[in-house]
Amino acid sequence: MARPTGRSMLVSVPISRTLATFAVALITATAALADAPARVVSVNLCTDQLALMLAAPGQLVSVSRLAHDPGSSVMVEAAKALPTNGSRAEEVYLLQPDLVLAGTFTDPATVQMLRKLGIKVALFAPATALSDVPDRLAQMGAALGRQQAATRLTADFDAALAGLDDAQTARPRAAIYYANGYSSGGRTLAGDILRAAGFDNVADDAGLDHGGTLPLEQLVLLAPDLIVTGRDYPGQARAEDVLAHPALRALPDTAMAGQLTDQDWICGTPAVLDAVREMRALRLRLEHAG
Amino acid sequence: MTLLSLSDLTVFRNDCPIVDGVTVRVLPGECVGLIGPNGAGKTTLLRAALGLLEARGYSSLAALPASERARAVAWMPQAREIAWPVSVEAVIALGRIPHLPRGARLRDADRAAVDAAIAHMELEPMRHRTATHLSGGEQARVLIARALAQETPLLLADEPIAGLDPAHQIATMQVFAGLARAGRSVIVSLHDLAQAARHCTRLLMLDRGQLVADGPPAQVLTADNVARVFGVTAFYRDTPQGVVFQPMELTK
Amino acid sequence: MRLAALLLVLVAALFAASLLSGPLPVSAWQALAALAGDDGTPLSVVMREIRLPRALLAVMIGASLGLSGAAMQGYLRNPLAEPGLIGVSGAAALGAVLALQTGLAAAFALALPLSALGMAVLAVLLILMLAGPRGASITLILAGIAISALAGALTSLVLNLSPNPFAAADIVFWMMGSLADRSFTHIWLALPFMLVGWALLAGLGRSLDALTLGEDAAQAMGVRLPRLRLALILGTAASVGAATAVAGAIGFVGLVVPHLLRPFVGGRPSALLWASALGGAAMVLAADIAVREVFPTRDLKLGVLMALVGAPLFLHLIYKTRKELP
Repeated sequence: MARPTGRSMLVSVPISRTLATFAVALITATAALADAPARVVSVNLCTDQLALMLAAPGQLVSVSRLAHDPGSSVMVEAAKALPTNGSRAEEVYLLQPDLVLAGTFTDPATVQMLRKLGIKVALFAPATALSDVPDRLAQMGAALGRQQAATRLTADFDAALAGLDDAQTARPRAAIYYANGYSSGGRTLAGDILRAAGFDNVADDAGLDHGGTLPLEQLVLLAPDLIVTGRDYPGQARAEDVLAHPALRALPDTAMAGQLTDQDWICGTPAVLDAVREMRALRLRLEHAG
Repeated sequence: MTLLSLSDLTVFRNDCPIVDGVTVRVLPGECVGLIGPNGAGKTTLLRAALGLLEARGYSSLAALPASERARAVAWMPQAREIAWPVSVEAVIALGRIPHLPRGARLRDADRAAVDAAIAHMELEPMRHRTATHLSGGEQARVLIARALAQETPLLLADEPIAGLDPAHQIATMQVFAGLARAGRSVIVSLHDLAQAARHCTRLLMLDRGQLVADGPPAQVLTADNVARVFGVTAFYRDTPQGVVFQPMELTK
Repeated sequence: MRLAALLLVLVAALFAASLLSGPLPVSAWQALAALAGDDGTPLSVVMREIRLPRALLAVMIGASLGLSGAAMQGYLRNPLAEPGLIGVSGAAALGAVLALQTGLAAAFALALPLSALGMAVLAVLLILMLAGPRGASITLILAGIAISALAGALTSLVLNLSPNPFAAADIVFWMMGSLADRSFTHIWLALPFMLVGWALLAGLGRSLDALTLGEDAAQAMGVRLPRLRLALILGTAASVGAATAVAGAIGFVGLVVPHLLRPFVGGRPSALLWASALGGAAMVLAADIAVREVFPTRDLKLGVLMALVGAPLFLHLIYKTRKELP
């Protein structure tokens, strides 16, 4: 499993890539100069998990509310030890952090407000490929002053990923299908998980490399060998009806795998390996059955 | 053969009798004028007689099932309502609804009745015009034709000549009088005592819900009755051109 | 009769066009062959499981809305009476959302249309109570605004409180309506209620004709008003409730279609019933084709298109009736 070298972020817009690279460079520089931050607050699900993996004991003082949701977070047990925050500037400020960890999609007003109040905010771009995982680990290691721990985790990750590569005779065609008919293409984290597990992604055939709405009709006509649907959230939403449409079950040569895209698929952390393992096992089962 | 029989018909509104113990029989061939000052209970009496209002006492019409009643009496409410832009012919054809079997369209007999009503009211030239675009007087004629098409032995009309010009008033009353001569009966409420005196064969005088006089116009429109019930003096004379009645002055 | 034939041809043509419209172009011949053959090829699945139910639902929902609009207008003798505008559709949407979010619909599938029907009955009752027998325009419009606003607010509240992250985005669907990705499941859920509603409303023609002359005259012609009122309430609630339960609230169909067709049936409320049912079917089919052909990637809601056509007409009608008000 070779991964692209360099610090590329693989985000779609070049400007944000430049900015993110700049941010990483900046944080790396500051971390080298100053001492590691003593009180760190995370306001984003993905930074929650990266920080929980890398932070020194007592360094992380609060995580976002979603970190306690077992459907979204892989580190609920560790997160439960910490209080949650609602990701708003007011309550975050009152925690008196030295550093706030946020995503690039965190409300810009919140980020701006915190910076205005003199609090350092580190922004993490969402991962769009498996190769982003070591980058995020490195960025978080630098931000927390925990570079060694980050290097260790990266080595483990690379080794485990390489171990999942097997000699395949054919690559089955799969689709990832979420509520509202959203599908993830090859240039998304979920799509990359699918690729690493040995599948071709039909969303790429439909021109949805970065993800987008794949009309149900088009999905049926693409007739993939496997359809992976998103997790079924509690409560009802009309947006999820499409996942239960009879047309999906009417295709004789298409297997349905429901509720596979769960917490392992959301963030660019080493937990994505579990998603790759699960999908790979599924592929092997399909090959045996076929 | 009695076309309408009311006995002791009484309508209450908030413990107050609007119509108070009215007993009347109407036979074929009568043109009955229902007169009385505002609030005397004319409309209420007619609606109660039709069974459109809850009433005590007996009304031969109210006692009938709805479908049979619709073939015994036609009703022209005071409001000349035509809600949709339908043709004159279509409005008149509505009068055939009580005669149509469930789900049936107009049959030959129904068309004949509609044609007769149109001829009777001389509406042939405007048969295909839109009823809502006609003048008030023309609409009144269309609605009378509608009632005629119902081909009932009895017709009840609530102030059918209110708001019409003299020519239309006279023409309308002549139609009613003509129906009576042909053996059908009409009960018509009206404020114009002159028209009532000239065209009706019989008058019912209503005062505060009570029937205070019932008989030919000359016996009902006495100076005493008119003064007591309407509070006016009147000029009454039988002339070679018919009865002339003219209210003159307030008594007080 | 010429009108009936014309409308039937129009509905048939639009039905065929609806079957042929979608994100991927398919030749008419291929599509028909795929529709006929249940051979499990992807194209036949698309035609039989996605496009056919969608076109059928458009017909059913359009007919329901057109018929209910014509019937309500006939009863209230007011061209502004329309299930969407007077809040019946909004109330039905609230009923459907309640059935879904309480989990009732998951436990018992018929709870969805039943709950929509129940709320629609409440809304019609309220409207009839507030607007009075003659359905005066001003009270009708004001009552409609109030009921729509309340139903809309409660719908949003219920969806915002849902634990499902997608529920809040569903507000648009329930308020604007869409036929995207509906299936035969929805047809079987709605059809029985619609059939009952259609039967109740279709039988009202003669009574509504008689009502042209007012309640008193109609009653004297043998029309039994209490029965008429009951049939109207249940018929409207059943057809609009079922339509809304599966496709959200689609407004203005019952306003635009009877208005367009009234001159062609000589203004007669009875003839307007079936004409509006056919016209409604044609209109919803056409709108559903337009949302797919004009904005193929946008999942534009049907209600958006209907409002663009219907709202100006609504304003025009208000202007016209305003002159008749005292």
